[in-house]
Amino acid sequence: MRFFSPAAVADRPAPPEAGDAPLLVLRDIVKVFPGVVANDRVTLEVRSGEVHALLGENGAGKTTLVNILYGIYPPDGGEILLRGRPVRIPSPRHAIALGIGMVPQHPQLVRRHTVAENVALGLPGLPFFRPLRALEDRIRELADQYGLGVDPRARVADLSAGEQQRVEILRVLLRGARILVLDEPTSALTPQEARALFRVLRRMREEGCAVILITHKLEEVLEASDRVTVLRRGRVVGTLRTREVEARQLARLMVGREVQFGTARTPRPPGEEVLSLEDVWAPGDGGTPALRGVSFQVRSGEVFGLAGVAGNGQRECVEVCVGLRRGTHGRVRIFGQEVTGRGPRMIHEGGVAHVPEDRIRRGVVGGLSVAENLVLRRYRHPPFARGPFLDRRAIEAFARRLIALYAIDSPGPWVPARILSGGNLQRLILARELHGEVRLIVAVHPTSGLDVAAAQQVRRILLERRDAGAGVLLVSEDLEEILELSDRIGVMFRGRVVGVLPVEEADPERLGLWMMGHGA
Amino acid sequence: MDAVLATFLRALAFGTPLLWAALGEIVAERSGVVNLGVEGMMLLGAFFAFATAQLTGSPFLGLGAAGLAGTLAALVHALVCVRLRANQYVSGLALGMVGAGIAGLLGRGWEGTPLGKALPELSGITLSGLVLSGLVWGFLYHTRWGIALRSVGESPAAADAQGVSVPLVRSLAVGFGGFTAGIAGGFLSVAYRPSWTEGMTAGMGWIAIAITVFSGWDPLRAVAGSLLFGTLFHLSFRLQGVVAPELLKMAPYLGTILALTLTTARRGSRIQEVPEALGVPYVRGER
Amino acid sequence: MRRIGPLLLLPDPNPSGWWAVCVSLLALVGACTAAGGVFWAYGVSPLVAYRVIAEGTFLDSRALPEVVRRTIPLLLVGTGLVLAFRAQFWNIGAEGQLLSGAVAATGVALFSPLPSGLLVPAMLAAGFVLGALWAALPAFLRLRWGAHEVLTTLLLNYVAAYGVEWLVHGPWKGPSMMGFAYTDLFPEAAWLPVLAGTRVHWPTLTLGIGFAVFGSVLLYRTVLGFEIRMQGENPEAARYAGISPAKTVLAAALLSGGAAGLAGVGEAAGIHHRLLSPGQVSMGYGYAGIVVAWLARGNPLGAIPSALLLGVVFTSGDVMQVALRMPFRVTDVFNGLILLFLVGSTPLLQTRIRWAPVRSKPAPAPGGEGWTPSSRPS
Repeated sequence: MRFFSPAAVADRPAPPEAGDAPLLVLRDIVKVFPGVVANDRVTLEVRSGEVHALLGENGAGKTTLVNILYGIYPPDGGEILLRGRPVRIPSPRHAIALGIGMVPQHPQLVRRHTVAENVALGLPGLPFFRPLRALEDRIRELADQYGLGVDPRARVADLSAGEQQRVEILRVLLRGARILVLDEPTSALTPQEARALFRVLRRMREEGCAVILITHKLEEVLEASDRVTVLRRGRVVGTLRTREVEARQLARLMVGREVQFGTARTPRPPGEEVLSLEDVWAPGDGGTPALRGVSFQVRSGEVFGLAGVAGNGQRECVEVCVGLRRGTHGRVRIFGQEVTGRGPRMIHEGGVAHVPEDRIRRGVVGGLSVAENLVLRRYRHPPFARGPFLDRRAIEAFARRLIALYAIDSPGPWVPARILSGGNLQRLILARELHGEVRLIVAVHPTSGLDVAAAQQVRRILLERRDAGAGVLLVSEDLEEILELSDRIGVMFRGRVVGVLPVEEADPERLGLWMMGHGA
Repeated sequence: MDAVLATFLRALAFGTPLLWAALGEIVAERSGVVNLGVEGMMLLGAFFAFATAQLTGSPFLGLGAAGLAGTLAALVHALVCVRLRANQYVSGLALGMVGAGIAGLLGRGWEGTPLGKALPELSGITLSGLVLSGLVWGFLYHTRWGIALRSVGESPAAADAQGVSVPLVRSLAVGFGGFTAGIAGGFLSVAYRPSWTEGMTAGMGWIAIAITVFSGWDPLRAVAGSLLFGTLFHLSFRLQGVVAPELLKMAPYLGTILALTLTTARRGSRIQEVPEALGVPYVRGER
Repeated sequence: MRRIGPLLLLPDPNPSGWWAVCVSLLALVGACTAAGGVFWAYGVSPLVAYRVIAEGTFLDSRALPEVVRRTIPLLLVGTGLVLAFRAQFWNIGAEGQLLSGAVAATGVALFSPLPSGLLVPAMLAAGFVLGALWAALPAFLRLRWGAHEVLTTLLLNYVAAYGVEWLVHGPWKGPSMMGFAYTDLFPEAAWLPVLAGTRVHWPTLTLGIGFAVFGSVLLYRTVLGFEIRMQGENPEAARYAGISPAKTVLAAALLSGGAAGLAGVGEAAGIHHRLLSPGQVSMGYGYAGIVVAWLARGNPLGAIPSALLLGVVFTSGDVMQVALRMPFRVTDVFNGLILLFLVGSTPLLQTRIRWAPVRSKPAPAPGGEGWTPSSRPS
């Protein structure tokens, strides 16, 4: 699936030639964490006036490298050279002083404060009393210069993801950063917002800044960067000029073997309705309605992808479907029966699986053992419980079976679940939820934070269940994933489903517009 | 009319230690650290103020000693919570116990003797308290450091990423909280009831913490809260002829429980103004 | 991961049992050292003080019954609090719940028309119920309106204390007590039996040990205990699994409140045989119970040795009062310091220390060795 037009590549001016001394060099960087070498003699060279992509899958070591650059932790080996001189960066403060600015993947803003207050945080050169007055004008100036429109008096909590990102960029520019690091910047953006971002990056290039773009998306590399360094398993496997390379090559470098693009999804005639929402209204956490009349259906044997920018009611919608939130209006039907008011336990026992977002906080109880987490949904019933007592032997036998069946890499069933890696936690959750007769699966961001192999495995399991007749409600911010897996796609905006399309008619442009609230 | 004025003045007097302690706790909690040891630190302050004043003849030196004692105790709390990243609630409780114990221990023998030279009840401390609340408000909302402090309490990761030293800010905030708690206790033993009795703070520290909560962590609203409870204390004292004194003494505590419950009930189970990172130790991006 | 000289400090989310014991011992030593500093400020040499303590408690066989007698309420309160803290119900109100139990016992002993044989069981039952109710109120306030239980349970301590004061100065003032603020002595049938020659009221002791065992079985072998542990570890995930917080919070409140109430019955009917001023009844057991629970590190059976240790602390207070004329308050200092050092040592608990001196230039490990794909950072 191509998001961005290949024509844009030809329009770009040529990057600086070799011979320009690099602005920043990270040479032979080594970083070891307990049990894993995150960076293994990694060398990265960035020139001024260039957008340099750092490509690699989840776990390749990109974020580690950049955290070292930003002073979050020191390298165990290697050196950093800025304009040819070696530097030490013991904390973010030093990095900022050296002109290195980081725009993190998830905005690190104080949501309750205004844009100006966030930009003022830690900014040197401001007056002690009433620091915001002068700052607000400066913010507007810079915003105009770079095309980063945002209101300095607005509360961050009221801004969209794209606008929050602009605040981060403004902050970095105001500190005089000449080297900008952007960590997976388009993960929460619509295609239109992503294009706007790349325009900003081009402005920065023209001003002579160096931009390091961390990403795992091949399209982004091809669209926005001048050069790309590919990391795999902590090592550099290649540094290339973008115009001399194509997607397949990059993918192979990134993963180490031939990658199949797309998953084999065979079209199926959909069956009967398994989930139906009719004009559902539901309150959010703050009291205002998060769902304002949501209506859609999921049928057995199909994957219904719910797309949308985070914060438009997807989480609340999922909670209504699995019984964690009560609707104030409208009807929710599962397998034809009305379920408003039923708790999560009853709904689960009716054959609904829920793979929640944020697996560490909502999916598992880290302090309890793997075995106890595996029986989290069924511990009240025999054979695991006899009256008020738990049968540990039965629990252990069941746990061992599931561990083997789903290939959960765990030292044993009784270790605390928190020591498992992200991929294994997800396998644990899938094992727990999908075991047994499941006719509806609600999966929220199921592959976030997983490496390519684990993510492929999860997608395959979901498709297998779909082929076996289950209905799948897939909620994801990753439009690519939704397009790859879904049979039909719905877009949520401000608490409503603003449009539903079969996947054959869906294209990222149109979906992106709907996600921003235009058209439909 | 005279009676109303008299009641108001007495309420101010009663409310002064509450206000001082609450202001300090507001600053500490705005930076994200809960200090449940305020009661113990107040007792510590009360004792050291009395002893120093008695020994040196100067109530002002006594107050200074009180502030110092409270600050030192709070810095221990900061060491344990911020540097060692331990459980803030229990650390505060433990320090409170130690503070109360030390005050009670060292205070043996000082009990009952009246203070030689005392401060008037409605002294400059009350006025300073009101001024302080204005200063704290101005600091929090209209200075650069105030933004930094509030950010540390809402999102320490964001503050850290911008180069703000979270441990330093939190330690200073907690230290300030201890200072004001010490002064609050000192006020009790040097001005309000110039003497030393074991347990003379009678739970005021806890009420000050409650005031922090239902004033929404706002220093100006804390003035109103302290006045309210000052009035409640005073009324419970005045009505002693009419109702059994012990039952009246329950009133402020029951009132606090009621106020707390109403606050959380009205604003939903998640109070909107709670500093987001309150009570959570901060660990910089470690794996 | 941090390095201090030749020692490497690694985070360890799963510390072993014996390391926990080591760290606890280290904390206790630290607390005793700091307490020594306080003694010195008071004017007593720490060495003299500790010698007096040792001679008066574990070196004196006659002191053992006194230690056990102090342990009884600590064990009851402590075990209850272990359960409460496991469910993340921060019950700081054990002091008030203990007083409620004492009040209930007094009411039954002095004013109920029950036959003598039933007095003791009735007192125990009433004490449990009243203590449980005193804790149920803050639990209800939290469940219904979100009021944080730390402040509400604690404020109720003061309410309970004033309530007791009112009773002994007012309606329950014993006419035979010659102006002292006590109730009448309980009738003989309402006295808890003690072990011969001691003040160890064994029914409550048995209940205490039984409760610790019950707590352990509850937490690790029953459905309710599983839900309590889940709710305590991760309330969000527990919600997603369909656990109702009402059930676990209420269970935690009722059990811990009831246990404290039983402790109150023990003090009123086993030691004093009447109701006195609140300070003399509860003596800080409610707060010391928090230390017991913390030292037990979440395990109800661990409350037994913890309570014994705190029993030694309390007895030391008696001993120091007699031998060195230090006020009983010194136990507060001990309790607070122990708790402080325990809490401060928790990060040490979750660290593993390895001896790894730095060689001249560490060669980075070639990629792939000793590393599994499943444990990569992102």
